[in-house]
Amino acid sequence: MTKQIYLDHAATTPLDKQVLKKMMPFLQEEFGNPSALYNLGRRSLKAMMEARKIIADILAGTPNEIIFTGGGTESDNLAVLGAARANRATGNHIITTKIEHHAVLHACKQLEKEGFAVTCLKPDKDGIIIAEQVIAAIKPETILITIMYGNNEIGTIEPIAEIGKALLKYNATQRQGKQRVLFHTDACQAAGTLDLNINRLHTDLLTLNGSKIYGPKGVGVLYKKKDVKIQPLIVGGGQEFGLRAGTENVAGIVGLAEALRLAQNDKEKENARLTALREYFLQGLMKKMAKIKLNGHPTQRLPNNLNVSILNVEGEAMLLYLDENGIQAATGSACTSQSLDPSHVLLSIGLPYEMAHGSLRFTMGHGTTKADIDYVLKVLQEIVEKLREISPARLDMGESKKHPKYKK
Amino acid sequence: MSNSPYTFDGVTSVGDPWYYSDIVKEHFFNPKNFLKTDEEASFKFDGLGRVGSPACGDEMVMWIQINSKTDKIVDCRWRTFGCGSAIASTSMLSEMIKENNGIKIDEALKIKPQDIMTRLGGLPDRKIHCSVLGDKALRAAINDYFHKSGQHERVMMEGGKIIDPILKITDHDIEQAVLDGAQTLEQVQAKLKVGVGSPEAIQEIEELIRFYKEKYFGL
Repeated sequence: MTKQIYLDHAATTPLDKQVLKKMMPFLQEEFGNPSALYNLGRRSLKAMMEARKIIADILAGTPNEIIFTGGGTESDNLAVLGAARANRATGNHIITTKIEHHAVLHACKQLEKEGFAVTCLKPDKDGIIIAEQVIAAIKPETILITIMYGNNEIGTIEPIAEIGKALLKYNATQRQGKQRVLFHTDACQAAGTLDLNINRLHTDLLTLNGSKIYGPKGVGVLYKKKDVKIQPLIVGGGQEFGLRAGTENVAGIVGLAEALRLAQNDKEKENARLTALREYFLQGLMKKMAKIKLNGHPTQRLPNNLNVSILNVEGEAMLLYLDENGIQAATGSACTSQSLDPSHVLLSIGLPYEMAHGSLRFTMGHGTTKADIDYVLKVLQEIVEKLREISPARLDMGESKKHPKYKK
Repeated sequence: MSNSPYTFDGVTSVGDPWYYSDIVKEHFFNPKNFLKTDEEASFKFDGLGRVGSPACGDEMVMWIQINSKTDKIVDCRWRTFGCGSAIASTSMLSEMIKENNGIKIDEALKIKPQDIMTRLGGLPDRKIHCSVLGDKALRAAINDYFHKSGQHERVMMEGGKIIDPILKITDHDIEQAVLDGAQTLEQVQAKLKVGVGSPEAIQEIEELIRFYKEKYFGL
């Protein structure tokens, strides 16, 4: 088999060996149900309590503010649907952005069907949403603002702490004695690299998951500030403070806590390494190929994310050639989605369709080395040359997306 | 227990979980008859057809060489901007044209996307819309040849392709609806009811709406 170079860590990460080791007992002999009264069950409960404490400490919250869920999507759904439905009596307006993950956007769509009104903020060309823009969109009926921390596609980091501070001031001056506007952030992509301290971010709700930080799949966290009311999506046995029923995924929970702890411990060193590697990667691309554009903010971006558009070639075709050479990446082209439209994130930052169709996302990880990047650069250069020869498109950067035949 | 294969989202449950058939793979990784850079000046052609645009996600150009005595297309070249199935289907179409020492123009005009797909060993459902441009590029090239060779009586009317077989609605009708201000599928449907009885046509209808919006309004 060809050497495999995995550059799709934003999709999911492999399980860290140390994390697996922590999980193993709870997949085998320590299988007890944490709700049970006997010792076997109490040991599971204790492991879960420890995990809750580890995560609470990293977030600077309290253990009872940590709700375990079935993943990032569920946490986002629980935050958005749960907070909106529980606070309907105080208002029906929600603010979000055009570049959120579908876990948030589709939840907002669902709320619209239930009679809520949703404002979708448009980011600038780098994908940034600024605090002033958020505050200006608040109406008397606004109950919830949900903005992602690090974007999964273009890597842009939103100024969550700035927005949180601005909202704190707004709530203190404009909502005295009334229900404050709640703030949620999806931190799934940011969990391994950015500051998660709630006292600095000032969010009421925060989503995390295991599968992007070398933890297990199928487990997530919703941080919920003590006084925030939300409605559960899954009801039953009353687990997780009655907000998420179902026997707890103890092994997953223990694994998630360990993964988050490891990620946060190593983050300064790993961030510096990945940022340097990303710059090396980008410079290499620019040197080897013409007509390339970086998507997302040049510096205010996740250290491991490189998203580029390569003009006159289509993303899926590049992806399949890369795969044939043992390289795994992603694209925002329509051809890999179920819809006919390319990535909503790329279109929202104003990228023309043909640029979005030619986008590639590389997300590096712990295992990525400079030698890997050199190999990718060599292979990708050959692929682009071949596909550009096959392609009839000869557009220049900034040229009209319309075909000359139809220019009038 | 049955071990008969089943497919999920284009991937079969047995064998190599590749998204595409081996034939698609072969034509994608080793495309046949595309116009190489060093052939640009030397390839003699009698007709040129171009459809789609990079903005739509697919663009195809077809160059054809005609033997006027036999009324056959004897050679062709192509270029495609698009995904794996778009490239593979144009490559396959070029083989279909060239096999048996060329194809009668009248036969070439009968080639439908379904014929190309069958020769490719099928495509995943969601990729079918990526393989519908090849025959149109070929038809445009044949029309170009008819124009250039003065055979004006043979020129086929542009458009007029039936999109919704139940309602007999053509791409012309959709073009007209967009010109009349319809911007979305819902708005076009409000005018034409197109696709309501033929939901399998919706994808193509949406592509046409976007195509005409771009063509006329640059949206």
